[in-house]
Amino acid sequence: MRRRSFLIGSAVIAGGLAVGYRAWSQSFERNAVDLVAGEGEHLLAGWIRIGTDDTVTVQIPHVDMGQGIYTALAMMAAEELDADWSTVRAERAPGEKAFANRFLARGWVTQGFDVPRFADRITDMVFTEAARFVNLQITGGSTAVRFTGQAGMRVVAAASRQMLVEAAARRWGVAPRQLTVRDGVVTDPSSGQTARFGTLAEEAARLSVPSNPRLKKRSEWRLVGTSPLRFDIPAKTDGTFGYGIDLQLPDMLHAAVRAAPVHGGRLLGVDTEPAKALPGVERVVPLERAVAVVAASWWQASRALDLLEPEFSADGITISTQADLERAQDEALESTEGETVVTLGNASEAFPSADASRRFDATYRVPYLHHAAMEPINATMQFADGVLTFWGGEQDALGTKARLLELSGLAASKVVVHGLPAGGSFGRRIAPSADYLDHLVPIARAMAPRPVKLILSREEEFTHGAYRPALAAQMTAALDADGMPTAWMQRYLNGPTRNEAFHIPYSIPSQEIASIDFATHVQTGTWRSVAHTQHAFWTESFIDELAHASGRDPLDYRRMLLPEGSRARRVLEIAAERAGWGEALPPGSGRGIALAESYGTWVAEVVEVSLGEDSMPRIHRVVAAVDCGGLVHPDTALQQVEGGIIMGLSAALREKITLEDGAVAQTNFPDYPVLRLPETPKIEVHFLESDGPWGGLGEPGVPPAAPALANALFAATGRRIRRLPIIDALSGEGGRA
Amino acid sequence: MRIDFQINGDDISIEVDPAKPLLWVLREDLGLTGTKYGCGVAACGACTVHLDGEAKRCCVLPAEAVAGRAVTTIEGLAAKGEPHRVQQAWIDARVPQCGYCQSGMIMAAASLLAKTANPTDAEIDAAITNICRCGTYPRVRAAIRALSEAV
Ligand code: FES
Ligand code: FES
Repeated sequence: MRRRSFLIGSAVIAGGLAVGYRAWSQSFERNAVDLVAGEGEHLLAGWIRIGTDDTVTVQIPHVDMGQGIYTALAMMAAEELDADWSTVRAERAPGEKAFANRFLARGWVTQGFDVPRFADRITDMVFTEAARFVNLQITGGSTAVRFTGQAGMRVVAAASRQMLVEAAARRWGVAPRQLTVRDGVVTDPSSGQTARFGTLAEEAARLSVPSNPRLKKRSEWRLVGTSPLRFDIPAKTDGTFGYGIDLQLPDMLHAAVRAAPVHGGRLLGVDTEPAKALPGVERVVPLERAVAVVAASWWQASRALDLLEPEFSADGITISTQADLERAQDEALESTEGETVVTLGNASEAFPSADASRRFDATYRVPYLHHAAMEPINATMQFADGVLTFWGGEQDALGTKARLLELSGLAASKVVVHGLPAGGSFGRRIAPSADYLDHLVPIARAMAPRPVKLILSREEEFTHGAYRPALAAQMTAALDADGMPTAWMQRYLNGPTRNEAFHIPYSIPSQEIASIDFATHVQTGTWRSVAHTQHAFWTESFIDELAHASGRDPLDYRRMLLPEGSRARRVLEIAAERAGWGEALPPGSGRGIALAESYGTWVAEVVEVSLGEDSMPRIHRVVAAVDCGGLVHPDTALQQVEGGIIMGLSAALREKITLEDGAVAQTNFPDYPVLRLPETPKIEVHFLESDGPWGGLGEPGVPPAAPALANALFAATGRRIRRLPIIDALSGEGGRA
Repeated sequence: MRIDFQINGDDISIEVDPAKPLLWVLREDLGLTGTKYGCGVAACGACTVHLDGEAKRCCVLPAEAVAGRAVTTIEGLAAKGEPHRVQQAWIDARVPQCGYCQSGMIMAAASLLAKTANPTDAEIDAAITNICRCGTYPRVRAAIRALSEAV
């Protein structure tokens, strides 16, 4: 069974982690104890601390961006520990190497994937001693539960439990085997003696850590699979939950920044006088690619910044307008360049023999997308006594540290990173695309030793994002006499993000898929579900086109191309059944379906749509079926999928970043409309438990939403959407479809 | 300029630039960081407070405009340590994800429910135009519905 072998495979590492950090060196372990264990607390095994007052504190090596992972990971630990849930707390592990998240790296490795591009920088930097087991502390790729939780937290907790039992057994002179554990109490049923975890912690901490602890079977779980109130929810209803933007430090200054409108441009010059005249302004700091104003308050800094008229260069500009962008995309698609990533059968030969009426072509296009997390980008930094201290809601604490080492030139021991919760991020706040760090280092250095908090105005945040790249794909298929595809050819443009999303789920005998690198000067990054967003759109739109071309029902057509009993087919069938696929809808309405796998999770979505009187889409209902293996906290899982669907629909319907003179044209929410409550459809999510390996949940809800909506619009109106956003395609704006 | 107003039930008098938006007065001068900056142009609702009981986006509300008026922020919504019923409904419906938009959402919902005990879907749509990028909208609606049904 895969789960077992996965754990055996990681047990060696788990043993290393469980003994503290001896896999690396004794000093890391001491360092870790110093860092996190307070008076009367004992660091039992890696990420878990048990206090003499019975509190169990779990160190989480991820940042909380709203996905509820603190609660979910603590539950996985509490489950294996048999702890009393009311005594369990979770806190952020420091951004230190001792807390490097090796299980994350291992997750990627065991899946056969390399470390994703956004982590490359880390492997390049100081943390390269074990190239495959890079030290990661990343939140992204829907990794927390399936890697940190499954391979790390559970093993560490099981080891801790075994040590507590061992400590009790020694104290009572009995065999560990005869003891039971429940709700944080070890009991000897033969004598009736009991001991709470807190009273055993000190003795347990002196024992050596078992290298291969026994994990509970699924049937033994009591806590995992239930939905206790998330730790963070009460504080998120009364204004007390602290985000990076709320950080207050003694003597702190505030910075506002304006960077070159054309990404990569340089500051040529700026008259700093107008800003200096304003109250509160401490300094104007010219930077390589930006100008900053530092003031006593952010409002003063940003108002003073508005008075400046910096001059920027536009060197490095590759395209100026949307028309340029499309021309460049077409050229790349039509070039002979590209790397073949899938070859099955002989696709090119399948074509000449096919009669022209059985050959189908389509080109799909997707725009740049902005993350637009509700908390504007911000970060705080202080240079004092030769040490750089950083506070921020970055998704990868260690990558951030690596980047700060590079930018500051300081030694690793002189850079301290404190992770703070983020008000959303969706892939934005990851070191390689964190250009704001480039600005902040020289600003903070100029103002040393006072701490400086940099907040990007919403306008700056919009125009200097790390966008989902604008890409396109050319699809060609040959159908047999029954209308079933015999060959599938695809050339797609690939952004700089590593891409594992190009595989199609359908059994088509001949396939040839080629990837063409495509980049412009516009900064791109990882956007919730990364390359799956665009690949799901064109794969699932095209298969839908083929179904209609052959006169078949889009659901049946897909089913015929999926192996019976497969996870893919199961989610597709369940979503269709729950959505009432095939049942009559009011005139003018239509249903569309789409399927996608991402991060180990299969999701099918059925969307119901009609056109309103203004000829704009009204989305009435979305039904999703999700197979992510197992669920830790079903309610959080549901939140994640609901949120993913809403973000996917929002992007599909209206979102686009466009260029004017090479600069981003959208500056704030009024010109980047996102979905709001009135337009949000009814959403029903059905989780299917399976024995498959656990998949992620933060991202997989997104990819099927756009194609399911586009397919539904076709069913409702007969209009095929080949470019996003949909409102452009419907209004004929944004170039030819 | 000296401005006198009421904040969460207390009278205060502060020396502040009259053009400074209330949002930044709350966050920077009064340390009330529960009210959030989201857009600065009255487009997202993250900065929603109550001004004399009415929901108001305070990122575009100059400090001078609140002179003599009563401001309630998320920190002042609960009476005597007990969560306000809207806050409790938010906990019960497990609304927040990242939570950043939720102060504004809750303030908007509390104002709606104070005026309309049993709002229709159309009334909810009209009153809750705040942006939540995490997509908590279905639960926001459910929480408001639960409160209206409780009436
Ligand atoms: S910050 Fe005031 S409405 Fe967005
Ligand atoms: S909960 Fe994250 S923006 Fe609303």
